[in-house]
Amino acid sequence: MVTNITNFGRSGLSDWLMQRASAVIMLVYVLFMVGYFLSVSDLSYSAWHALFQQTWMRIFTMLTLISVAAHAWIGLWTVSTDYMKATGVRLIFQSFVILALFAFVVWGVQVLWGA
Amino acid sequence: MTMLKVSVYRYNPETDSAPYMQDFEIDTKGRDVMVLDVLSMMKEQDNSLAYRRSCREGVCGSDGMNMNGKNGLGCITALSEVVQGDRLVLRPLPGLPVIRDLVVDLSLFYKQYERIKPFLINDQPEPSIERLQSPEDRDKLDGLYECILCACCSTSCPSFWWNPDKFVGPSGLLQAYRFLADSRDTSTRERLSDLDDPFSVFRCRGIMNCVAVCPKGLNPTRAIGHIRDMLLSNAT
Repeated sequence: MVTNITNFGRSGLSDWLMQRASAVIMLVYVLFMVGYFLSVSDLSYSAWHALFQQTWMRIFTMLTLISVAAHAWIGLWTVSTDYMKATGVRLIFQSFVILALFAFVVWGVQVLWGA
Repeated sequence: MTMLKVSVYRYNPETDSAPYMQDFEIDTKGRDVMVLDVLSMMKEQDNSLAYRRSCREGVCGSDGMNMNGKNGLGCITALSEVVQGDRLVLRPLPGLPVIRDLVVDLSLFYKQYERIKPFLINDQPEPSIERLQSPEDRDKLDGLYECILCACCSTSCPSFWWNPDKFVGPSGLLQAYRFLADSRDTSTRERLSDLDDPFSVFRCRGIMNCVAVCPKGLNPTRAIGHIRDMLLSNAT
């Protein structure tokens, strides 16, 4: 058994499942957005604002943002363990990615519920 | 085309400071011989050339090498399959330490094979004659047991190049599934729990280099998919 403490869910299977599930959520969100842009003839600030006033839209967006963070972490963790053989470099890279993703998620909460 | 231009990777760590390519001109007399035959003609010209070979008919898996960029067995690869123009470039299997010329150190490859416990484990009392298996259960092992451990697949896999100490590799995983799929084996759960980390199985990204090069026409990617399915149904 190979041990790891920095991957997303401690188990390869949970990482694999999470990466697929988050990919489906992102796909659904992208399809929804494309559908929204195609169905709305004149996109105004008020229409956009009204869409994001809906609680379900905020939850859907937040879910997608968390999915992006999880998906990106699993993917970039994999890339870093493939190509960065020096432990120090790898840990600095992984810390930077975690920090950035954390900041994006918190910022997303502020954007969605702040205004 | 009678004269074949062969460029071969040479490296003797005892005398060479760095690997280099040596060129040979080989007269095949217009015959479509196997790459291994060309190697023996080259050895007549320069007997310091080192390579592994044994059965010369694709059974022992000794002469895995990289021929014009693709891994395969020299003994069952005809020149017409690999030669481009009149050039043939021979290199050792990629990603493993070179012992000398085309001979690589397969220790890590064998270590991964050993790790998946490539033998039947059965905790039930031994029957007086043998453990029986239905023809249907036996059929499940087709496409799995034929692996000859030539290492062509694992050494064509980038995931194995980057993490040969942690990722089992296509060859080992094909064998892992061979025992997971065997109706006579009772340690399925233990075998699966040994594979449920982020590297052993899940470093496979499904690029199917292994399928493209397997000289026996086996499909490790499909076996890895079956292992993933078993892990999933075992853990959800």
